[in-house]
Amino acid sequence: MKISLESFDKAFENRLRLQIMSVLVANAYYDFNSLKELLNATDGNLASHLKALEKEEYITVTKSFIGRKPNTQYTASAKGILAFKKHLEALENLIKQQKG
Amino acid sequence: MQEKDIYSELSSIRNLMERSSKFISLSGLSGIMAGVYSLIGAFISYKLVYSEQGFMQYRDLYLNGLQLLLKLTGIGAAVLVLSLITGIWLTIRQARKKGEKFWNPVSKRLLVNMAIPLTTGGLFILIMLIRGEYAIICSACLIFYGLALIAGSHYTISAVKWLGFSEIVLGLVAALIPGYGIVFWTIGFGILHILYGSIMHFKYN
Repeated sequence: MKISLESFDKAFENRLRLQIMSVLVANAYYDFNSLKELLNATDGNLASHLKALEKEEYITVTKSFIGRKPNTQYTASAKGILAFKKHLEALENLIKQQKG
Repeated sequence: MQEKDIYSELSSIRNLMERSSKFISLSGLSGIMAGVYSLIGAFISYKLVYSEQGFMQYRDLYLNGLQLLLKLTGIGAAVLVLSLITGIWLTIRQARKKGEKFWNPVSKRLLVNMAIPLTTGGLFILIMLIRGEYAIICSACLIFYGLALIAGSHYTISAVKWLGFSEIVLGLVAALIPGYGIVFWTIGFGILHILYGSIMHFKYN
């Protein structure tokens, strides 16, 4: 079956990016290390996908220090939340379409 | 993309959103244990208060003497400390069983949100104790504890919210009927904890 794919967000094609976005939409903010633990991702992999989402302006990054350790917090932007919702809607529509 | 792929994608998103924002390793067993400690504490307090006077004698003062007051405060503190230690220990154990970290952003938020009403209530009750307003203490304990549970319930399983509501209602009723503090204390901290603890234990473990 051929499915029209234009309603899908290219930024969420990668699974990890979609997972990052799910966590940030459900929470006010999340820090890098907790995100890494939750998603079982490697430093480099997580960092590069976070950067990609930041470039899309889907997330905002706040860097600070706790003592001497750097602490980076990520927040979903309004634009990112909207894009995430649209992507989920597209997924749900696809299921409906295949049933009907 | 296959249909079942999309289903698994959607359910994994839902699962992740839930897991990242709610602390689900709260142990029901620790609720039951806290209830048992409270019952024991209440029983000892009852014995202490009533042994000061004869059983059948009419009492015109419910709390008298600094000695007794200190003893009762000590029992309350012991119950609290024992409950906290058991609760933390059982919760760490359960988190480990589920392969989850005990100290994560959600458990942090849970504790911070509960600490605000709890600290306010604790200080308020201390001030009332110093001023000699004993009648208000039991209902203040229940009300502030209930508020703390509701504040924390956003970050954990929803049964906690209903436990919070029950404690607040009980606290308000206790304020209406002064002099029965120990009865309401036993129901709120003993029986309700055991009841909700068992519900959580069988539903989520």
